[in-house]
Amino acid sequence: MSDQIIEFLQQLINGLSQGAIYALIALGYTMVFGILRFINFAHGDVYMLGAFAGFYTAPRLLQLFGGGPSFPGATAVLLVAMLACATIGIIIERLCYRPLRDQPRLTVLITAIGVSLFLENGGQYVFGADPKSFPEIITDRALEIPESWGALSALTITVGQVIVVGVTLFLLFALRTVVLHTRLGMAMRALSFNPLAASLMGVNTNIVISFTFGLGSALAGAAGILTSIQQPSIEPLMGVNAGLKAFVAAVLGGIGNIPGAALGGLLIGLLEAFVVGYVSPTYRDAIVFGVLILILLVKPSGLLGKTEREKV
Amino acid sequence: MLEVTDLEVCYGAITALQGVSLRVDKGAIVTLVGANGAGKTTLLRTISGLIKPRRGAILFEGENIAGLPPYKIVARGLAQSPEGRMVFANLTVLENLRMGAYRRRDKDGITRDLEYCFGIFPRLKERMKQTAGTLSGGEQQMLAISRALMSQPKCLMLDEPSLGIAPILVQTIFEKVVEINRQLGLTILLVEQNANLALEISHYGYVLETGRILLHDKADALRENPEIQAAYLGG
Repeated sequence: MSDQIIEFLQQLINGLSQGAIYALIALGYTMVFGILRFINFAHGDVYMLGAFAGFYTAPRLLQLFGGGPSFPGATAVLLVAMLACATIGIIIERLCYRPLRDQPRLTVLITAIGVSLFLENGGQYVFGADPKSFPEIITDRALEIPESWGALSALTITVGQVIVVGVTLFLLFALRTVVLHTRLGMAMRALSFNPLAASLMGVNTNIVISFTFGLGSALAGAAGILTSIQQPSIEPLMGVNAGLKAFVAAVLGGIGNIPGAALGGLLIGLLEAFVVGYVSPTYRDAIVFGVLILILLVKPSGLLGKTEREKV
Repeated sequence: MLEVTDLEVCYGAITALQGVSLRVDKGAIVTLVGANGAGKTTLLRTISGLIKPRRGAILFEGENIAGLPPYKIVARGLAQSPEGRMVFANLTVLENLRMGAYRRRDKDGITRDLEYCFGIFPRLKERMKQTAGTLSGGEQQMLAISRALMSQPKCLMLDEPSLGIAPILVQTIFEKVVEINRQLGLTILLVEQNANLALEISHYGYVLETGRILLHDKADALRENPEIQAAYLGG
């Protein structure tokens, strides 16, 4: 097998694990948009808070499971961060967005930017602006690929990458089950199609909206931990870039469309990896945001989104 | 069963309903006729809690429900099939019906009511697994009515069930409304522009004009009223 193919597969693997992170964050953007028709720009910062929730709780949680990095310990950190973010997401909606429910969407959008700035600067104040080293909750090392695989043994696949992709797949499957097969999931879909009709069916829309924020924020929290396993340096502004990329991913997949967000995240991750590998790391962000402009020009409804007529 | 007194509803500076009072007795079919923009839909939406009235009372089984959130009103047994059907086009027919039963926990009762709906509208059973967006207008109307029935209401409000439906189906829909009223003893408040057909199946009628009740009478009497004939019955 030629070196080019190995190189290609390597970029594919790198892109996949980065794309998984974007997919998890993008889901929160898209679910909230599906229900409230606004972009929660503070969502990327919830992802940052997930990483910090892990940072502060990991030492104690790992202690419960023997001290060092361990699989049960890492699972506990992941769950705690998800729970913390779900709570934060629900509180943000309750305090900042719900009072504006009947206001024009632009008002809510600007508020979301305000919340985002608050979390970023508040984060710098509370956690300190310097990057912090995320504790090792699982030993991230390269997997041994047996010689018998021939040329493939030249690939580098890390434990972290396998965990990121595995956990993401699991969470996507869990989310799918919740959305398609539970009563609240059905109410989410009904509400996103027609809030008025959903109210007439007896849906308490506030509960469904809180649930949606909780669900999306928990996924962002998971993304925060998964990132920190691979790149253990966290800081209060880490959500800005990741949040924007995930937003591009949500738009690429079709904002409001759940499978679209997952697909968009994956594609953006792959695109980044290939640009870094074949073009130049310098152009990574430029090309990703170029995609946003291109999508908005060519197919504003995104890859999987349906064209929606504005209701008057 | 349902009694609205002196209801006033405003959209900003515009008054949509002014001193509207009406009464729907238990087991009756009552029709509200009126031209476009008279305030019929506003009235139903206010009764369902989607719009907060500025003044007036809405008594349901003797208790004032004005200002309650919609989900509490549904829970009390007052359901609405809204204007334009508003079925969840992205959900299957069965899921739409399950949405109707959203506040119910009695599995057996839900299954029984599903069977009842499939009994009156067999077409829905055939299309159970299809998404509602693929149904014809008439089928969507059947679904919208059934969906409202799934909440096990004591009183059902139907907003323009004949709107945008093939003329042959309109007759069927009205027959089914009568059937539901007789079989379940369900109280029905019907809003219609097709006044002739609506009054034919009703016991009592109200005429709404630019936000006020113009007159009300027994349905038969309204149909013979020359003024009504000229304005609403195309006579």
